[in-house]
Amino acid sequence: MAPRELLKVSNLDAHYGDFQALFGVSLSVAAGQVVAVIGANGAGKSTLLRSIAGLMPARPDAIVFDGAPIGDTPAYRVVARGVAVVPEGRRLFPSLSVEENLLVGGQLGRPGPWTLQRVYDLFPVLAERRNQPAPSLSGGQQQMVAIGRALMSNPKLLLCDEISLGLAPIVVRDIYARLPAIVAEGLSLVIVEQDIVQALHAASHVYCLQEGRVALSGAAGSLTRQAISAAYFGM
Amino acid sequence: MMEWLNIILQGVLVGGLYAMFAAGLSLIFGVMRLVNIAHGDLIVLAAYVALVVTTGLGINPLVSLLVVVPLMALIGYALQRGILNQTLGPDLLPPLLVTFGLSVIIQNGLLELFTADSRKLQAGAIEVSSINLGGGLAIGTLPLIQFIVAIAVIAALQLIFYRTALGRAFRATSDEPAVAQLVGLDNRHVFALAMALSLAVVAIAGVFLAVRANFDPAIGPARLIFGFEAVIMGGLGSMWGTLAGGIILGVAQAIGAQIDPGWQLLAGHIAFLIVLAIRPEGLFPKVQG
Amino acid sequence: MSAFRVEHATRSSRIGLVVFAVLLAVLAAAPLWGGRQDLRLLAEIYAYVALASLWNLLAGYAGLVSVGQQAYVGLGAYVLFGLTIVAGVHPLIAIPIAGLLGAIVAIPVAALMFRLRGHYFAIGTWVVAEVFRLLASQISALGGGSGISLPIGIVTSIGSRQEREFIIYWLALAILVAVLVAIFVLLRSRYGLALTAIRDNELAARSNGVDVTRVKLVVYVMTALGTALVGALIFLQKLRISPDTAFSVNDWTAFVIFITVIGGIGRVEGPIIGTIVFFILRQTLADLGSLYLLMLGVVAIAIMLKAPKGIWGLVADRFGWQLLPLERRLTMADPAGSGAKARPSGQG
Repeated sequence: MAPRELLKVSNLDAHYGDFQALFGVSLSVAAGQVVAVIGANGAGKSTLLRSIAGLMPARPDAIVFDGAPIGDTPAYRVVARGVAVVPEGRRLFPSLSVEENLLVGGQLGRPGPWTLQRVYDLFPVLAERRNQPAPSLSGGQQQMVAIGRALMSNPKLLLCDEISLGLAPIVVRDIYARLPAIVAEGLSLVIVEQDIVQALHAASHVYCLQEGRVALSGAAGSLTRQAISAAYFGM
Repeated sequence: MMEWLNIILQGVLVGGLYAMFAAGLSLIFGVMRLVNIAHGDLIVLAAYVALVVTTGLGINPLVSLLVVVPLMALIGYALQRGILNQTLGPDLLPPLLVTFGLSVIIQNGLLELFTADSRKLQAGAIEVSSINLGGGLAIGTLPLIQFIVAIAVIAALQLIFYRTALGRAFRATSDEPAVAQLVGLDNRHVFALAMALSLAVVAIAGVFLAVRANFDPAIGPARLIFGFEAVIMGGLGSMWGTLAGGIILGVAQAIGAQIDPGWQLLAGHIAFLIVLAIRPEGLFPKVQG
Repeated sequence: MSAFRVEHATRSSRIGLVVFAVLLAVLAAAPLWGGRQDLRLLAEIYAYVALASLWNLLAGYAGLVSVGQQAYVGLGAYVLFGLTIVAGVHPLIAIPIAGLLGAIVAIPVAALMFRLRGHYFAIGTWVVAEVFRLLASQISALGGGSGISLPIGIVTSIGSRQEREFIIYWLALAILVAVLVAIFVLLRSRYGLALTAIRDNELAARSNGVDVTRVKLVVYVMTALGTALVGALIFLQKLRISPDTAFSVNDWTAFVIFITVIGGIGRVEGPIIGTIVFFILRQTLADLGSLYLLMLGVVAIAIMLKAPKGIWGLVADRFGWQLLPLERRLTMADPAGSGAKARPSGQG
């Protein structure tokens, strides 16, 4: 039995004023699947995530989540439906402590396996620092808080925007090592990455964006380096 | 000597009222960087609402709080959602001018409805009773109650801000409005709740103002200024600092009034200007700007 | 040898200048065709256009939103009355001195007020105005809290009844013209360019070497000077002063703000349009008293929410007009010498 389609993006356009960032992007994520979106800076990866999350306007049926069209749904309602975002650059709430950041992530009260304790089990170092102000943590630890904050809303789909950005390779490996535990709960992931190696390793399916269009898509194992380079750099 | 101590004590107690004026102002600035120029006029509005409620229902002003507070909170929610949310943004002219326009509307609306006559609410015997502290010191019961209520209000606000989900929502939305949406917070709703809370405090302040002294539609701006001076002297972002600022203002005014009745207000303003000159960040600042 | 030229004039601004010149001639000749009431009304209009233009410069260009300019109106008025009554200075000499003192006082005030940001700056200026008002009511030589009338002797020292009417009228017109010219010159100068930069993005302006504090100080002091001048003249005409009227928030700030908002903030033409609208409204509706003020408040809010650029803003954006040559348009001199025009950079 084929896993059901959780997210379907069809022919998505996106604009910043006069500038068009996405041209007819289509993408699909099945339940329990990990999908990677790679591409150079400015290719439109973040714009894609922002559109799915409801931060940018779109046609209602351009984005269908769990059977419902959410293209024009505002962000705070998209979260209530089960989509959570780990934003680019972490974007923790600076006046809140680690624990408060996590708690505010769960303030919607959606039912599910993720609780404060489960997050601390996944990232023990956060439990040690639970009452410290969020900005006082290292980059890697802040990334963990950002992921934990998103998990606290018990989403069905987690959108991760460049979680390796600005982090040392060993820290990145550490974080990616926890992803399987997250997926095992039945969560689907969309990972936007510039770090292609990690993305290909973690995902089962890959899309490569180039200047706002899908230049390449396929199962992670089946894509050759050449094909990826060509799609990435548009050569 | 005893006389001066009494005076300073009066000043401290009235400082509690000023701190209440300031608390609502400070809250709104903390959550949405908005300074409500109509804040003082809303305090006066609350006083008139209390007037209507007490005469209409025949109850004691302090009991009328049960009606006035929820009513003002509702007005605050509607005001923010309906008008003020649209002014928020990087430009500071729209919220300033809109709240200034609001101030004019409220003052003149009250003038039309109630005329310029001075009013006062009667709270009964409690207004004249006093507590003898011995050694010639005495404080009025009502000012003391008012001071205690002020402390309770500030403590409650601190509690809400730092120990409840609502407070987290306030702080998160204030920090990063865009990211707050990503955890499911509707900014328009959060800001409106903040304004509702602010006007609930305004309601309490308004009722106490109405019982304490005469009021008329024109006294709003002066209350705004007292609240503002208390916030600046205390330090932005610190609720307890606001209490300290209010007390300093109250004491300065009391001392000024003792020297010469015409100097009461001036003494307060001068105290403010001095603090601004030598310690512009306030005496107990928490937040920069 | 420069590869580009900065042009200011457009067709509409050339027409505008001509219109202004004609208007000025007509208005200067008003004593010939107008009666006493007309002259008084016109003088009042000039005062408000001047006050609104100055407030507009402060708020719309320098980003300093003050709700305390009544401090300088009152200061100018009290200096006039003080110098004439107590020091025996001739009123016509006292007026420029009032302006000068306004500028001097503005410096320490700015030193204090610039410590406050945004909305808090606004309220701070209000506090300063209140302080001035309270201090004024302590001056018993000028009537304390109830105020004082200008003694007959001083009034007649200006001239006969008719001479006074004409002189005060021309003075009002002259001050307005001086204020507008000063604003125009400032905006055309490098300070004006700095102001536009600050208005668009203060941080970027600072990092490009603009001394933001200095520019703001210059504008603040200049505005105080002009406001005090106008204040002195207004009360010379009224012949009576009191702390509450001289430092009235309603008369000198609320109305001024409404005029500027309705006319259009950040554009020189705005205050002119706004004053005209304001006076039309006043002539037709002032009998309504506080209802009139209430309506003004509603109109101001509606405009701020729906048409934040004011009437002139709507018109100018729609048609690309400007009445005064203040735009800066870059013209590239190309080798063929045909002078192809680049896109205009917007007013100011």
